[in-house]
Amino acid sequence: MNIAEELLKGNRLALSRAITAIENEYDEATDIMKKLYPHTGHAYVLGITGPPGAGKSTLTDKIAREYRKQGKTVGIVAVDPTSPFTGGAILGDRIRMNGLTLDEGVFIRSMGTRGSLGGLSHKTADAVKAMDAFGKDIIIVETVGVGQSEVDIVKAADTTVVVLIPGMGDDIQAIKAGILEIGDLYCINKSDLDGADKLVREINMMLDLDSFMTDWRPPITKVVASQNEGISDLLATVEKHRDYIEKNGQLTARRTKRTRDEMLDILRSNIGAYIKGRIVDSGRLDAYVEKIRKRETDPYTVVGSVMKEMLR
Amino acid sequence: MEKKIRVLVAKPGLDGHDRGAKVVARALRDAGFEVVYTGLRQTPEQIAEAALQEDVNVVAMSILSGAHGHLFPKVVDLIREKGMDDVLIIGGGVIPETDIPALKEAGVAEVFTPGTPTGDVVNFIKEHVKL
Repeated sequence: MNIAEELLKGNRLALSRAITAIENEYDEATDIMKKLYPHTGHAYVLGITGPPGAGKSTLTDKIAREYRKQGKTVGIVAVDPTSPFTGGAILGDRIRMNGLTLDEGVFIRSMGTRGSLGGLSHKTADAVKAMDAFGKDIIIVETVGVGQSEVDIVKAADTTVVVLIPGMGDDIQAIKAGILEIGDLYCINKSDLDGADKLVREINMMLDLDSFMTDWRPPITKVVASQNEGISDLLATVEKHRDYIEKNGQLTARRTKRTRDEMLDILRSNIGAYIKGRIVDSGRLDAYVEKIRKRETDPYTVVGSVMKEMLR
Repeated sequence: MEKKIRVLVAKPGLDGHDRGAKVVARALRDAGFEVVYTGLRQTPEQIAEAALQEDVNVVAMSILSGAHGHLFPKVVDLIREKGMDDVLIIGGGVIPETDIPALKEAGVAEVFTPGTPTGDVVNFIKEHVKL
């Protein structure tokens, strides 16, 4: 099967195989991406992040249904953590989305973080591109349950929704750095629980104190995802944000920055692989380390001479 | 390039007993596999489509309701229809010994009954999976 060609014709198995090739870094992955790239850039990418148990998967399910009602096709990339000890993972986000499985306008793919610490996997962005080239209108990226500092989603998404629930901490939590800074929108899920209004106040206070505030003040929407309450309000604010960043050029700026970061990443990883091939696998690294250990030379001198040799 | 074994663990049919499926899912995770867990009451169509979207190497199903004779072969057929010829399909649950030959005939590679050490499932997958 010619994966890229079949994918562009709308073959779902080809899309699935493409994502596997990307994720496992098969040799053909680069070729696939080259062929898909001209067909990307049309989908709108919505990021969903928040702490474990906040209801991200349930919310993603409901958001996807709402978009389907509007006639839009949806791709979902759901990320769950990989064990640092065994490399194994339980990818359980689909449990909340089983009702979407047989809708041909929806494609869901679960990914393990595979060592990445920012809340996504290293290959999430490329999986999004494959779904984009496949023709999905909206791509929802659901991060792992995040703590305070896993903020890679802002680099991958056009609009980022931070999902919070009542009862997770006091107002000091709200002024810390990290995920509470990255929301284009805030969504209070399980807002039928006690403390929802208090949480809204705390986020508002945090936003009041934001000295970098642009004329976009992130709206706060209360929802009860499991009951499908507030979802259309939430999507209305997503549309508003999309409209706002499209009109003021921020969307283009975000995507340009993403392209730039991606190019540097690819360059860095290719150079890394090249150096590994030349230095590590040949055993030269061990020889250098031994010399450095004996203080016959130092790491800075060695790196300097290696760089001179490699980048001639 | 790293080939990671991906397994779909699914409960077809109407019984609500997923303790066994969860124990197996956990054992597979600890063996270093990526386990996509889809939960209870899945139709064969849902299982086959989830297997396609997730591009899994293995589909592991658990049934305790007695409907294995109907549901397991159905899933095998649907998965093959989708062009996934290499996917290893295994089953487990309270399944009478006398039913097992027919299930294997229908394309279920192995059937694990109560009391099977989880390590046996892991080893079977490692030996028979096509990557």
